Amino acid sequence: MRYERPQTIEDATALMAGAEANAFVLAGGTDLLVRMQSDAFEADLIVDIKAISGFDAITQTEDGFVIGAAVPSAALSEDAALVAAWPGVVEAANLIGSTQIQGRCTIVGNLCNASPAADSVPALVAADARAQIAGPAGTREVAIADVPTGPGKVSLSKGEIIEAVLLPKPEPRTADAYLRFIPRTEMDIAVVGAAVNLSLGDDGTISAARVALGAVAPKVLLVEEAAEALIGSNLDEAALEALAVACSNASNPIDDKRGTVEYRKEVAGVLARRAAQTAYARAGEN
Amino acid sequence: MSFDATFQNKRFNSVGTRPLRPDGIDKVTGRARYGADFNMPGQLVARVLRSPHAHARIKGIDTSKAEAVKGVKAIVTAADMPDLTDGDEALFAILDNCMAREKAMYDGHAVAAVAAIDESSAKAALKLIKVDYEVLPHVVDVDAAMMADAPVLNDTIFTQGVEPAPSKPSNVANRSEFGHGDVDAGFAKADIIVERSYKTEQAHQGYIEPHACVASCNADGTADLWVCTQGHFVYRQNCADLLGLEASKLRVTSSEIGGGFGGKTHVWAEPVALALSRKAGRPVKLIMSREEVFRASGPTSATSIDVKIGATKDGKITAAEATLRYTSGPYPDMWAELGAMTAFAPYDLENVKTVGFEVVVNRPKVAAYRAPSAPMAAFAAESAVDELAKEIGMDPVDFRIANVAKEGTRSSYGPVYGPIGIGPTLDAAKAHPHMSAPLGPNQGRGMACGFWFNFGGQTCTDLNISADGTVTIAVGTVDVGGSRASLSLIVAEELGIEYSDVKAVIADTSTLGYNDMTDGSRGTFSTSMATISAARNAIEVMRQRAAIMWDIPLEHIYWEDGHAKAAGSKHGNRAPLSVKDIAAEAGNTGGPIAGHSELVADGAGVSFATHICDIEVDSETGSSRVVRYTVIQDAGKAVHPAYVEGQYQGGAAQGIGWALNEEYIYGDDGRLQNPGFLDYRIPVCSDLPMIDTQILEIPNPNHPYGVRGVGETSIVPPLAAIANAVSNAVGLRMSHIPLSPPRILAALNAAKT
Ligand SMILES: Cc1cc2nc3c(=O)[nH]c(=O)nc-3n(C[C@H](O)[C@H](O)[C@H](O)COP(=O)(O)OP(=O)(O)OC[C@H]3O[C@@H](n4cnc5c(N)ncnc54)[C@H](O)[C@@H]3O)c2cc1C
Repeated sequence: MRYERPQTIEDATALMAGAEANAFVLAGGTDLLVRMQSDAFEADLIVDIKAISGFDAITQTEDGFVIGAAVPSAALSEDAALVAAWPGVVEAANLIGSTQIQGRCTIVGNLCNASPAADSVPALVAADARAQIAGPAGTREVAIADVPTGPGKVSLSKGEIIEAVLLPKPEPRTADAYLRFIPRTEMDIAVVGAAVNLSLGDDGTISAARVALGAVAPKVLLVEEAAEALIGSNLDEAALEALAVACSNASNPIDDKRGTVEYRKEVAGVLARRAAQTAYARAGEN
Repeated sequence: MSFDATFQNKRFNSVGTRPLRPDGIDKVTGRARYGADFNMPGQLVARVLRSPHAHARIKGIDTSKAEAVKGVKAIVTAADMPDLTDGDEALFAILDNCMAREKAMYDGHAVAAVAAIDESSAKAALKLIKVDYEVLPHVVDVDAAMMADAPVLNDTIFTQGVEPAPSKPSNVANRSEFGHGDVDAGFAKADIIVERSYKTEQAHQGYIEPHACVASCNADGTADLWVCTQGHFVYRQNCADLLGLEASKLRVTSSEIGGGFGGKTHVWAEPVALALSRKAGRPVKLIMSREEVFRASGPTSATSIDVKIGATKDGKITAAEATLRYTSGPYPDMWAELGAMTAFAPYDLENVKTVGFEVVVNRPKVAAYRAPSAPMAAFAAESAVDELAKEIGMDPVDFRIANVAKEGTRSSYGPVYGPIGIGPTLDAAKAHPHMSAPLGPNQGRGMACGFWFNFGGQTCTDLNISADGTVTIAVGTVDVGGSRASLSLIVAEELGIEYSDVKAVIADTSTLGYNDMTDGSRGTFSTSMATISAARNAIEVMRQRAAIMWDIPLEHIYWEDGHAKAAGSKHGNRAPLSVKDIAAEAGNTGGPIAGHSELVADGAGVSFATHICDIEVDSETGSSRVVRYTVIQDAGKAVHPAYVEGQYQGGAAQGIGWALNEEYIYGDDGRLQNPGFLDYRIPVCSDLPMIDTQILEIPNPNHPYGVRGVGETSIVPPLAAIANAVSNAVGLRMSHIPLSPPRILAALNAAKT
């Protein structure tokens, strides 16, 4: 197995493009290193992207934020402007694993590992974030929801590496929130995850909303009906109920060791309600 | 000279204090040597090939391609481990479990093993071993395995303990029965009867250190084994029996132990490592992965239990009955029997009957887990007791006190109790501030009692006094919870020296006589007895040496406060001789001073506990949190109170995990779906509150200091205490452990409709 630590994105994509088989990008390694322990795993090339200049930076631009692909989750919570703008994204990234894991893991790694239960992904989708992708043929941008295609599968072509996550500049009186359900208090995988991002009009009614769910389908779900249930309301009980029903109905989970179909559908609604209440309260303070 | 173990009420100087454990610094700095930390020159790496099928006939194993892999030095299958068990069924079960012979009996059952110069060659070889399986129908559920149409695992199993003997084989290996009186007559007198069925899922001990060993078979027929174990003498015997070695020629050295809880009282990998070493002619290191630990070692029984209890309106139990079905993995065992013995042990019952069924299933061979079988029986019995108290309208503590066993009570499993601690733990619970503290919204409080027999057994220790007067004590019971500190305190107490002048070590099997393993809460109970005896033997030697030093008759010398003193006016003005004084002269008075002891520690006092807990339930998600937890338990005498508290807390923590989230989950294919700590959810620190403890000391009459074992009882009440608390919080009786969020939410939803 070959290990490379390129200094530029061009070298990194060239290495990935030129690899014969089984080449992997290494960010924090909290997924990849665990997989490498398994007897079934085989790798010919590992390309560590942590030395590429700029990959460890969070930059504030006119349009929003650029989060480099090697920025660990812990660093997100230390950026006051980012926390103020996207509290839900930051709280999702800081639910991953534990303090030790957060010192290493990245949101891009979380996205590219393509687990249906990835914690930061619903929050990024609700925030309408985009991925900036570099490849042998140049760079392109796609919506976060279009990166994973199913469990363990992504839409990247050979040689492509995600450089950064782009978060928009939030509208005034906008806030997001993320909640997940785990049986323990930490060190666990989401049984259900729910992210809500909403904006308030001058009169306090919800003018825009995005609702995303994790762990209830083969990949993250953006639930339009749930957003519609919120828009135009003051988050009254009827709106919350409609939101919960929309989320439960949109969920298409499986029965597995982590939860049953009925359980996940029901709790998706419960968490969406609670996340909406948090986002609503936060937006009111903005 | 025989040793008088009777309790003597004396004042203590060292016993009851809380010095730091001698093994602590090495453990926190990472210097301590665990099973995987031993290494030998030229050592090979072993890997085990395991069955992917829950039940399959092994039609053939072709190792030829694997043998050709560069770096591979030996491959063993059952053919390399001939059956030397000579009709001993229990030993045969161990052999068959170590390496499948005709059939793979569960997902994870070992079928072959490789020793190679490194990990990657071993891995490559594993992939090239071809096993020809004929997959057979399997059964993992205890109730399903008892059905008439269940696949029969072993057609030589005919249920024992039933009349007439069955003519057809089944998965029920044995029926046992305990009790006295006439339960039918008792139920006829009852005003209220509670009858309910319960289930518990299979849990693993969850020790953090996986099984690990280094085995070295030498050219001269001797062998060495370094291993993480709770009982190196027992491992020596098992390995010697299975491999045809002479016990004295196999030297087993125990490492530090990163948890065992009963799971390291059984051999798994060790005979395989020895067989590989014998074949390769080189030392072999074998470390099980976490996945292997879950799939192939450890677990406790899954159970299905029916309980029926009746009482009069004024709160007197008139009859109690239980039927307990326990899985034992693929081989017959006696786990249900232990459950049947312990279920109603806390109570004074006129009419009681318990029946246990041992059920074989396609799951790993069940191993002991801390008070094995008692937690599930207590869960069922104590849930029913709680429900009955509620129906009668009595406080659950008062109801238990009204029916509690005491000295002279005939226990539900037969013997008549001596002085016991169940009543005092209940009185302490009633008086405890926890019991009257207000509850918050969505919270419920539960309590439950628990019992464990405790065990004594064979013990042998050596005590040696150095020329500088410091002391080493060599014991043969592995230290699983601070016993080196406790035993050092005992030596300091008996000899009248400082704790810091004593060094306790765990001797290997070639340097000390046989010791039973550290199980049955026997470590401190039995080894302290032998240590007291060894110390008293050393004092006898020191009296003789003082007689020589002073040149006066032995009868004129007595031992007091750590000194030899001369009795009577004739010698009265002699300055007493300390241990140091006598030790310094040992070379001139007859040589080294030592005390030895070997004994069978009888009379391990039975142990009782009462637990109280508060739980908060989120009724929208079914999630629950333990918000307060109190353990009250009788220790007889707490030699080192901090480590007694540690045992109380550890057992409670494990019980909480089992009660709320831990379970083996099997797919329809009979394969284990959660062989890792991610999905086999033991509690993490933030899941638990500080667990409060209260130590009661009701002396055990059969130990000089009154000590009782304390290691196991603490895991007995939690399943019931938590189920009672959750049931009180949600207003529904919860009868299936673990009370995972999906199970709680499903019960709440079912009650709504
Ligand atoms: C103990 C523990 C607890 C965990 N708890 C959680 C949890 O609570 N919630 C959760 O969601 N996850 C959890 N995880 C999983 C993991 O930590 C996260 O998915 C994490 O965000 C992965 O980030 P990473 O940088 O470590 O990824 P890596 O392991 O470096 O990479 C993950 C995958 O993404 C690919 N990849 C990485 N970067 C790029 C890139 N720039 N372009 C293209 N492909 C890329 C890699 O090749 C690999 O396939 C846990 C893991 C552990 C070990």
